[in-house]
Amino acid sequence: MSAAVAASGVVVFDLAASRLRDLNAALAGLTRETNFAAWRVENPRGEHAIAVGVTAPVSITVDGPVGYYCAGMNDGADVTILGNAGPGVAENMMSGRVHVMGDASQAAGATAHGGLLVIEGNASARCGISMKGVDIVVKGSVGHMSAFMAQSGNLVVLGDAGEALGDSLYEARLFVRGKVASLGADCEEKEMTEEAAGILAGLLRRADARAEVSAFRFYGSARKLYSFHVDNAGDY
Amino acid sequence: MCGIAGLFLKNRALEPELGAMTAGMLSVLTGRGPDSAGFAIYGSGMPGFLKFTLRGPAGFDFGAMAAALDVGFSVHDDHAVIGVPEEREGRVRAMLAQKFPQVAIVASGARMELFKGVGLPDEVCRRFGLEGMVGSHAIGHTRMATESAVTIQGAHPFSTGPDQCLVHNGSLSNHNDIRRKLVKEGMVFETQNDTEVAAGFLSWQLREGLKLDEALGAALGTLDGFYTFVVGTETGFGVLRDPVACKPAVMAETDDYVAFGSEYRAMADLPGIARAHLFEPEPSKVYFWERAA
Repeated sequence: MSAAVAASGVVVFDLAASRLRDLNAALAGLTRETNFAAWRVENPRGEHAIAVGVTAPVSITVDGPVGYYCAGMNDGADVTILGNAGPGVAENMMSGRVHVMGDASQAAGATAHGGLLVIEGNASARCGISMKGVDIVVKGSVGHMSAFMAQSGNLVVLGDAGEALGDSLYEARLFVRGKVASLGADCEEKEMTEEAAGILAGLLRRADARAEVSAFRFYGSARKLYSFHVDNAGDY
Repeated sequence: MCGIAGLFLKNRALEPELGAMTAGMLSVLTGRGPDSAGFAIYGSGMPGFLKFTLRGPAGFDFGAMAAALDVGFSVHDDHAVIGVPEEREGRVRAMLAQKFPQVAIVASGARMELFKGVGLPDEVCRRFGLEGMVGSHAIGHTRMATESAVTIQGAHPFSTGPDQCLVHNGSLSNHNDIRRKLVKEGMVFETQNDTEVAAGFLSWQLREGLKLDEALGAALGTLDGFYTFVVGTETGFGVLRDPVACKPAVMAETDDYVAFGSEYRAMADLPGIARAHLFEPEPSKVYFWERAA
């Protein structure tokens, strides 16, 4: 393994000189109390599964485009990708933050339970598919079938949404500022309540997104496709 | 799975590097398709001549064949490229069919040469000498077979018209129906492969007078299934993804080239990639580049 600790205290890991497997093993071995709080991954060259399964609250900067599943299963780390991300970025994230400075491919934030995923560019199809509590802020547009079967959490889109937004939606909240090509089955526009506006404002602030809450429309489940009972609303 | 690599050069100074760049991309895509590999490369043509890419059995004496046909030739492992004067095209085809039935015509055209074989992409590229090949654009494929057997015939690219080739990641569901219709239109198919039908459909549309971008648009309404296609013509390079767009695709464009990769990894070594415009081609949208011949 060839990692070097820079004078700044940042651990620099060059994937041109050492194996991805060693990087992920080193990151997986960190305890929550680690002193190695900042990591920089150089020459990612689109490799798959970079920085997956990290459970320590460290910050990781990946210096370039990444392939599939970057920061997948993230639980507490703050991962910044200085480039585009391939399919499934931050999939099944539990907590922490993943920040994509470029575009994300399909299924960004898929099945994620928690944490915040911020995408500065566009996300393609199926963004937030089956999301289970994650907050996703996309500053560009999202592709078709985004938030398909989304169960809980919030998807904020500053640009447009592709076809069949929120198809078979459960209790996730969807906020879109631009045009929605079409809504999926059982997804409907909702009144922007004070509670929803407050959630949206908080997410825009956390994602450092400059946009007015009043410019967004709010979408949610019509609750006709699944056995929803209002007494259980607090469980979502 | 399956991997696709495509390169369309805008800067002619890069033409001597085309083969090496394409070989590098295909090597990275081994994991997506280790069964077989192939590529089409658009090199220089000679006015008045057509190129036939031929495939013979192992150890076949292409020299004797070329002498009998009275054509120039170059050998690339079990493939050979012969230069056929345009006016003798019909006669050479007839002679090949009669005297050399063991030789298959893989492709023909003014500029395109097409090679494919079973084995790991690195090995296939080395056998044919891709690294040293020169040209304006190239399209390659690494195959993980799903719809038909692992054979040379099932390897991509498929060519069903002069200077036309197509590679495919995905699988079609209505290819038998479309094949039957195309056969009635006079198209000839060599295999039961789904991708050959897509290639044949585009060739038929081009034959009917459509331009490549129009033919790709027509494919959207006709072909059912999963696909990311990259297609080449003598001067053009096109990309099309089905409306669901399950199959991955990344593109990079600079002042010097347009590149297609199933994954960004395949493009990581291209010159100037750090400054390239990287984007994911949208579903159901025809992408098309052309240059003056």
